[in-house]
Amino acid sequence: MARLIRTEKEVEGRFEEVWIVVEEDPLEQWPAGPLAVVGRPAPRKDGHERVRGEARYTADLKLPGMLHAAVLRSPHAHAKVRRIDLAPALALPGVRGAIGPGEAPGLAEEPGFSGAAVAAVAADTFGQARAAVEAIEIEWEELEVVIDPDDAVRRELLMAEPRHYARGDVEKALAEADVVVEATYRTQTVLHNSLETHQALCEWQGDALHVYISTQYIWGIRQAVAETLGLPEDKVRVVCEYMGGGFGSKNGPDEYTFVAAELAKRTGRPVRCALTRREEHTSAGNRNATIQRLRAGARSDGTIIALEGEFTNSVGWSGWNASTEGPMRMLYDCENVRTVTYGAQLNTPPMKAFRAPGFVEGTFGLECMVDELAAKLDVDPLELRRRNYASSNDGTPFSSKNLEDCYRQAEPHWERRHEVRARSDVVWKRGVGMASQIWYGGGGPPSYAWVRLGSDGRATVITAMQDIGTGTRTAMAQIAAEELGVPLEQVDVVLGDSARGAYASISAGSSTLPSMGPAVRAAAADAREQVEDIAEQRGLPKDTPLQEIVAVLEESQILGKGARGPNPAGMSVLTFGVHVVEVAVDVETGEVQVERVAAIHDVGRIVNPLGASSQVEGGIIQGIGHTLSEARLLDPETGRVLTTSLDAYRMPTIADVPEIVCEFVDRPDEHLTNLGSKGLGEPPIVPIAAAIANAIRDATGADVHELPITREEMLRALREAQQRERETEKRGAPAAV
Amino acid sequence: MSELRLTVNGGEHVLEAPVGTSLAHVLREELGLTGTKIACNEGHCGACTVQIDGVPRLSCITLAHTVEGEVTTIEGLREHPLVEAFVRSDAVQCGFCTPGQVVSAAALVAANPDPTREEIRHAMAGNICRCGTYPKIEEAILSWQD
Repeated sequence: MARLIRTEKEVEGRFEEVWIVVEEDPLEQWPAGPLAVVGRPAPRKDGHERVRGEARYTADLKLPGMLHAAVLRSPHAHAKVRRIDLAPALALPGVRGAIGPGEAPGLAEEPGFSGAAVAAVAADTFGQARAAVEAIEIEWEELEVVIDPDDAVRRELLMAEPRHYARGDVEKALAEADVVVEATYRTQTVLHNSLETHQALCEWQGDALHVYISTQYIWGIRQAVAETLGLPEDKVRVVCEYMGGGFGSKNGPDEYTFVAAELAKRTGRPVRCALTRREEHTSAGNRNATIQRLRAGARSDGTIIALEGEFTNSVGWSGWNASTEGPMRMLYDCENVRTVTYGAQLNTPPMKAFRAPGFVEGTFGLECMVDELAAKLDVDPLELRRRNYASSNDGTPFSSKNLEDCYRQAEPHWERRHEVRARSDVVWKRGVGMASQIWYGGGGPPSYAWVRLGSDGRATVITAMQDIGTGTRTAMAQIAAEELGVPLEQVDVVLGDSARGAYASISAGSSTLPSMGPAVRAAAADAREQVEDIAEQRGLPKDTPLQEIVAVLEESQILGKGARGPNPAGMSVLTFGVHVVEVAVDVETGEVQVERVAAIHDVGRIVNPLGASSQVEGGIIQGIGHTLSEARLLDPETGRVLTTSLDAYRMPTIADVPEIVCEFVDRPDEHLTNLGSKGLGEPPIVPIAAAIANAIRDATGADVHELPITREEMLRALREAQQRERETEKRGAPAAV
Repeated sequence: MSELRLTVNGGEHVLEAPVGTSLAHVLREELGLTGTKIACNEGHCGACTVQIDGVPRLSCITLAHTVEGEVTTIEGLREHPLVEAFVRSDAVQCGFCTPGQVVSAAALVAANPDPTREEIRHAMAGNICRCGTYPKIEEAILSWQD
């Protein structure tokens, strides 16, 4: 029976109350551990299509008569269009249409960052469109540019009211603490850089708009496009069969979709609007920079009694105030915590969710500070983390938490530090560091799936979700195969089209598997029950293979449907983990090499250990880029992006990859859905920066406080450490080791 | 427009294209070979890698009219044992860079069937994978003959 319930929904650490309809018959969770298909390594269902170059991405689609759009973007970080003339563009060969400020959502008359869209042209070829954009005549009135986040906070140029949080009495606790550490941490702006750039191809068919788009959220695009253009949602069809990476940046439609839709309407032709790599660097979103001014106080026995943080997120012209304070609030069992988080609105490119937004940045500050505290207290960093283990989330029980098991599994990796340090020489200092991880990833309703079963015994999972590259098709097929009791090869997955499947979750916030998996299992169970009914009517024993039972069906089909139930009420659903990192630091040049990473994560049941290890490795590698080499740089005067190409913006290559050891506490969350699985896309990128920084401290005694840890930052921290050591020696105290 | 003669995956093509057109553009737009991806269009990422006479080349910064040798794209390597090795090893996530990775790897193993990890890292460092499948790519290339 359909039930209407009110439930809390979380995506990327943001919560809202929603009404949802669920009609699930509760299924008992499967036993823990590897089953027949679930829990066993499975190569990707769509592996061959992708590897052989057969998979059709939005970038590969071509419709008859298709035009190409190019976008005029503001060279100024803040300016007003005083006059614009599209006529010279329209006069050029191949040009079929041009639109200016206000003529499509996202084309701004007063652009607030360098790279903001202002006008657009559609032409037969992209080259013609590009040339026509250059021909647009435009006069600017330059306006005041605000780039410094502290300046913006002082002037109350904020995205939203500052977010305050407090428990206990921080001032009193700091006064009573035996040891207090205080430090400022800074993290930089980094770019998602999905290899397929942001793009959409729009075509009108009558009063319906078809949107082919590289997206993480088919249904979110449908809703946002319909709402923005004033269309009924059913008149917007959104298609994304394959997409080339998103990492949080492709959750919404953005200007390129509206440009394509408007130019398609005006020209009566399908229009593609695809960002170039350089536009991707100025206009497609980023992980915002942060400033974190932190204090921590502890008793000499290692109990952390006070945590305080003032966080400033450099949000940019648009975006939201991510939960940079989240780890400080949630990771440790500390009675006195006070945070304030400012979201500075700046004339810089927009913030967008990027793989655990806020928590990546906040974990760097917090977990570095915890190690500085450990050093002052002379307590082993692992032991300090255990002593301050949180048994609830600020009073709310966890649906499951096995961080202690992660710590236990981390011990052999942590033990290596004596041997690793001993391999140091005069130039290369080696050390080991760790950091813990906390993040969301519980997923939620609504999410629906259908399972179609034919007389050949093959099953098709149908749901209008997207596979952003995390192996979604494979995990869904595994779950259906397990429930149906058929081999994985007998299950196909059809997804990627809002017109041809039921509502499906966003693929962001590590929510794909925990949101969709339970719906797929429910749909498969519905189909299985129908098969059992048929077996009973045919007088076949219960253990008759499914293929034999359905063989009688001929052209008939069994259709199962399933829905995702709510998350457990009154519980915090969170993911946990720990990284242990080994580094080598060249103390003469400041070069840092990550040599080994051991990652242990607790994300409930593992459905596909092979795909899961790929997620962990990918998160770690992306995190190493964030920690050591990546930085989106701006000209501080004009606010223009300086790093617009991939030779200026340095992402890890295969040559930068350390040895990675990936382990799980593979234990279903008994309170979470019929599956017990949480998400894994984001957790692996959360602790890596702090673990690297802590390993550097272990190797050299230097405290790095800024990302990326460039050679300049490394040498600065080394000089500071040497200075500290000299002062300690002067005072006659024993030198720090 | 200027005449362009290309040998691609063993087939001869004669077509017209403006001088200055990139090989990647011709392959994708004129010949429909969309396995070759364009991700940066300025020679920095490797997604557009093809082979010319067996040597990996960045097709997005190769002018089509300057190509003299035989072009091999991912479409010409679909039966290469590396494909199976990549799938088996899970050396693919979003897959946008993967055809280029396979083309580079095929050139490597043709010249050096048993590359060491170091040789793999050297040969493959020009192919960026933002999803971070690198450990699995290494594994796929090490095990391609299995």
